[in-house]
Formats: sequence, structure tokens, C-alpha cells
Amino acid sequence: MSTAPPDLTPAQLEAFGQELDAIRARVVADLGRRDVDYINKVIRAQRGLEVAGRGLLFCAFLPAAWIGGTAALSLSKILDNMEIGHNLMHGQYDWTGDPRLDGKTFEWDTACPGDQWRHSHNYMHHTHTNILGKDRDIGYGMLRMSEDEPWRPYYLGNPLYAALLATFFQYGVAMHDLETERLAADEAALAARRDKLRDIWRKVRGQTLKDYVLFPLLSGPSFPLVLAGNATANLARNLWAFTIIFCGHFPEGVQEFTEEEAEDETRGEWYYRQMLGSANLTGGKLFHILAGNLSYQIEHHLFPDLPAHRYGEISDAVREVRDRYGIPYNTGPLHKQFGSVVRKIVKLALPPLPGRSGSEPDADKAAEARPRKLASVA
Amino acid sequence: MESKTPRTTTSSRGFGRRLLRSSLLEALAYPHGVDRYVELVRPLLVQRDVRAEVTAVRHQTPKSVTLTLRPNENWRGLRAGQSVGLSVDIDGVHLTRPYSPAGSEHSSDGALELTVSTHPEGKVSRHLRDHARPGMIVGLTQAEGDFVLGEPRPERVLLISGGSGITPVMAMLRTLCDEGFAGEVGFLNYARSYELALYSAELGELADRHEGLRVARGFTRARGLELAGRFRREHLSAVISEHASAATFVCGPPALIDSVRAAWAKDGLPEPAVATFTPPALRFDTACVEGSICFAASGRKVANSGLPLLEQAEDAGLAPEHGCRMGICNTCSCRKMAGSVRNVFTGETSTAGEEQIRICVSVPIGEVVLDL
Repeated sequence: MSTAPPDLTPAQLEAFGQELDAIRARVVADLGRRDVDYINKVIRAQRGLEVAGRGLLFCAFLPAAWIGGTAALSLSKILDNMEIGHNLMHGQYDWTGDPRLDGKTFEWDTACPGDQWRHSHNYMHHTHTNILGKDRDIGYGMLRMSEDEPWRPYYLGNPLYAALLATFFQYGVAMHDLETERLAADEAALAARRDKLRDIWRKVRGQTLKDYVLFPLLSGPSFPLVLAGNATANLARNLWAFTIIFCGHFPEGVQEFTEEEAEDETRGEWYYRQMLGSANLTGGKLFHILAGNLSYQIEHHLFPDLPAHRYGEISDAVREVRDRYGIPYNTGPLHKQFGSVVRKIVKLALPPLPGRSGSEPDADKAAEARPRKLASVA
Repeated sequence: MESKTPRTTTSSRGFGRRLLRSSLLEALAYPHGVDRYVELVRPLLVQRDVRAEVTAVRHQTPKSVTLTLRPNENWRGLRAGQSVGLSVDIDGVHLTRPYSPAGSEHSSDGALELTVSTHPEGKVSRHLRDHARPGMIVGLTQAEGDFVLGEPRPERVLLISGGSGITPVMAMLRTLCDEGFAGEVGFLNYARSYELALYSAELGELADRHEGLRVARGFTRARGLELAGRFRREHLSAVISEHASAATFVCGPPALIDSVRAAWAKDGLPEPAVATFTPPALRFDTACVEGSICFAASGRKVANSGLPLLEQAEDAGLAPEHGCRMGICNTCSCRKMAGSVRNVFTGETSTAGEEQIRICVSVPIGEVVLDL
């Protein structure tokens, strides 16, 4: 499946970048009421599902109400985190000037403080996508997700760590910006980490108080049932978000990069890396909405600040450009892509086969086929 | 309307408000906050933002619209002459413009009256003229500004206005009339023509009813009416016995303000209080390549070097938060308070109003004010 990406000349990369810029410009020129109506509709649906879910859980002693309430609350948290929170915090709706849609101040219904997410995700991950050693989304500092990461016995637990990360994903995301796998170098770094920890604690406290103390208490005798319903909704969101996010960058065939390769990139080269480092998911309209349109991960990585509901509309145009430049387009249904991610997690738990010195032949081939740093492009 | 409802309703509303403001409800609505749920059902019931419902719309002239607004309970009231920011959504974009309410500070039902004059370039004013309907909800800021009568009231008041600048001095005049002001008031107003003059009928009635009030109007593009042409010192005698001792308030286009100032300077009088209403969209549209960058929060001002604003801020010794420096991550997003910028990658030019911009990829087109 991993077709080697073509070695584009600097001139080709330049033209390639301009074509993608033009796609972006067309959307930007067309932004308007339709986009705001769309996101407001999703927000309205999310708030409605949340109120309905919490309301139904007050009757949690009726099995149907427990199931309905938990399902509604799960959907609410998924919409809040994916299509609303993730996308607003990218600044996708900053052009509206509406303080309620402001990417800098929006806060979402999960353990991770919005401000830390804006740094770890919008900056670290989106700027350094799939650069080993810089993009900490590769394995979240816990998993071995790349052949180029040297194997250690610790990684025998790779599948177990992945299962734990998926289950407690909101806390994994919350701890993400602390960079715990890196030892603090100096006083200032320690102090910064203390501040971050304090903010995480505040956010986790607010979330815990709401989901695991206040709503269960208010329901009186249904306390354990409401607690269980809220925990299930959080779990459902955790598993869903983990699945969608890992399918965005880790199916077989998605490329990784070194810091040298990404040095002094031009706009065209940056687009090129984003394309090779992301994978899409196919599915119906509702699936894309619940995935926060991260099922269009490629389009999202090219244009992280365009309203995500536009990605589907421009995907044909993006694909047409890619085809013309002969760049492979990594896409597939959820079960296929996720299966590929699971195989990778399991495979990388094991040491490389003897005699292959740390990396497998197809990885070597891919590394060779990858364009070297195009230093001649000023 | 609802202000006339009996006390029982008021106290039940008071209970409702206390409930909405309770910290328990806020904890349950974490992290979005109670308002983000309430506004989907009752936009006026929010606890933080000032919002108002349009209750009446009338057109005094073809180039203006007069709105009556009923603000929600977060509104703290205003003094005559102050201005408010009014926000509307136009094609999905949230725009705020300053307007001076024209109503008396003593309006019995707390209603606000805004007369908005349209401008060919004015998005908000044209939108309001064409689309404002009773029932429409608009956003407001609290009133602000020092262009006010002051306490105790002066003995003699002179109000000079031109065009849409009539609104704050109309508020002052109505306030003085409501207070039964015993002193002398001169009201001198300029409009292009009789058809475009605002509040004509009401000014006539007020002058008939209040002995100390004299009103005169000048029409800059019509002859043979009350006063001819633009402001001249001789016009003052039509409305006031002695302008030197009058507390003077001037509001209107810069040319009017300049000529009043010149007349006062010539008489050796201290500067009159002035306010001008040049719409922000116009103030910066002469794209001058030089200009200067004003970092409002840190009180620094530097000459525009033509570099992206992030670099200019750093050159000025500031350390704005930033990430990728290439317009991707939005970390450097900052509130632009005035001026226009161009995106270095896309060439897109922003509007002149307030908005969030990514300073790492934005170069200023002339004068820019940032909240940094």
C-alpha cells in the first residue's frame, strides 16, 4: 500500500503550494453566514443533547432512561470535543469576531485546559506534524509508534499502554503539554510545569465536580447510576477521540520525518509534509460530524484554520491536485484504518528482527524514497 | 413594557436571576457557563453580556434609522452624551460600532434611543437601516465617555452639532428639559438640507415649551432657510445671549469642530467639549505605507517598519505569545483594535474594525492599534 512518494523538484513544489493556496483562498472568499449557521446548529445540538442527557439520567432508575441519557451525554461530549472544541480552538471561526466562537478563549468539556491544548496541539503537533522528536502526538510520550524510535523492553507493553491511553484519553491529553517524558532542565522549566499542573488541576477539579459529584448528588438515590452514566459517557468520548486521532496519523503508509528534513521548509514543502503525514477516513455525513471532520485529516492538516465542515467540500479539489503530482492519498474506512493502527502498535511492541539493525527494509525504502531536504529552495 | 408588570412578577424574576447566578448552576454548566445555555432559549436572560431587544424602528429621514432599544438587566444606564458599542451579526461576522444614544437620561422605562445615520461605506449603519425590526436582538457595551453635562448643571449651555452628531447633544437637551432646567440653552444644529435634518419636529416643540431654549438650524446645501451655510461665529447670536460664559458641547464632522475651535480660540476662550463621529472604517482608509503601530496594552508606539506585526512587537521590546510564526497554530492571535492588515501569505486584506488577527503573518497597512 505504501507507494513511494515522488521526488518533486523545487519548482514543482512551489507550483503545488500555489495550487493549494488557491483552494484555500476560494474558501476564505466564500466564508459567511452559512458557516456560522452551521457551527451554531452544531452547538445548539450539543447543548440540547447535554441537557437531555443529564435530564434523562435523573430518571436513571429506568433502564431505558439510563441508556438514552448516557448515549445523549456521550454524543454531547463527542460533539463538544471534536466538531466544536477542537475546531473552534484552531481559530476556524475567528473571522466572525464573535467572542463565543473565539479560538483563543473557548473552553471544552474535557480534562485538558484549552490553553495547553492550543500549545500542544495547534502549535507543536500542527507545525511539526510527524517529525520524530518534535511532534509529541507520535505515541504521546508513552507508545512506540515509529520504526525510528529505538526499541526498549519497556515497549513490550505497547498494546497495554495504548489500551490504557484510549480508556483515559482525556487525562492523557491533559498531561500532554507537561512533556513528562522530558526531564526538566532548569528552574524556569520546573516553574512553568508547576503552573501548567495547577491549571490542569483546576480544570480536572471542575470536570470531576460536575460529572462525579454534583450531578450524581442532585439525583439523590440514583447517585451510583448517574455516576456510572457520566463515567460511561466520558469513556465513550475517550475511546472515540483516541480512535479518530490515531487513525489520522498512524495507519500503515503514513510518513514520518526527521528534523533535518523539515528545516527551512517552503510553504510548498510544508504542504507536502502535511499530506504525507496524514490519513483520511471514509464514511457518511454523520460520521464526519462526529469525527469533528478529522476524518478529513489531510485537508485539516493543510488548512487547519478553515471551518472543518468545508473539508469535505474541498476534498475532491485537493485529491485532484495530489493525483496530478502523483502523491499517494491515504484513505479508507474506519475498521480498515484502525486495524492498521492496531497492527502497528502490536508490531512495534516487539524488537526489530535480528540482523535488520533497528529498522525494516520497507521503512528504509520509504526513507530513501522520501525527498531529501530540498536545500536549493531559498 | 415589562417594567410596568406588578411587583410579584419582579420578585419571581429576582429569584430566577439569583438562581441563574448561583454558583451551583455555574458549576453544573462548567466549563461553558450558564449563559451559553440560557442564550439559546432566551438571549436577553444572560447574566454577563449586555444585550437589547429592538422594540421600535422608525425612519426620520431616508438616510437614517431611529431604534428604540430595551436593554436587559445587565445594563447600568448612561449619562446623556455618552456612547455605547452596538454589535450585530452581518453575514456571520460580528461587528461593533459606537453610537451615542439620543434619549434623556431620565427615560422612565429605561429604553434607549439610537439614531443611526447611514454612510455609503458603513456596513452596520446600512444593515440597521435595511434590516432592523422590532424583536431583533443586538449586543451592547456599557456606556462610556466624558462628553457629558456634568454635575451640578452649568447655568448656560450651548449645544452645537452637525449631521449625525446631533444625537449626544439631543440626549443632553432632552435631559435638561426633563430636569426642568431653568437656565439658558442654545441649540445650534447643521444638516445638509431640511429633508436630512433629524429631530426637526421635536426640536420645534421643545423650543415652544421651554422658555430658556432657543433652537436654530443651518442648512449647508440649501439657501434662504434659518441660517445659511456652514458654522460662522455670527450664527451664535441666534441661539444664545453670550457664548463666552456657556458650557459648550460640540459634536459633528471634523470640519465643524475645527471651525468652532477656531472661533473660540479667536475669542480667547478655553476649548469647548468636543466629540466626533468619524466611523472607524473611514478613519484609516487612507492607506499610508508609513504610519505607526500602537501597542495599546503596553502603551508603546513605534514607526511601522513593514515587517509582520509579531516582529515589530518584538523589535519594540515586547514578547507576545507565539508558536509557529507561519500562520498555522493561532498562538499569536491578538485583538486588533483599529487599522487594517494584510496577510503575507494570501494577500488578504482585513477590515479596519476590531478583530482577532495572527500577528505573525499580518503586516500593517498604515496605522494599526493592537491590544498588546
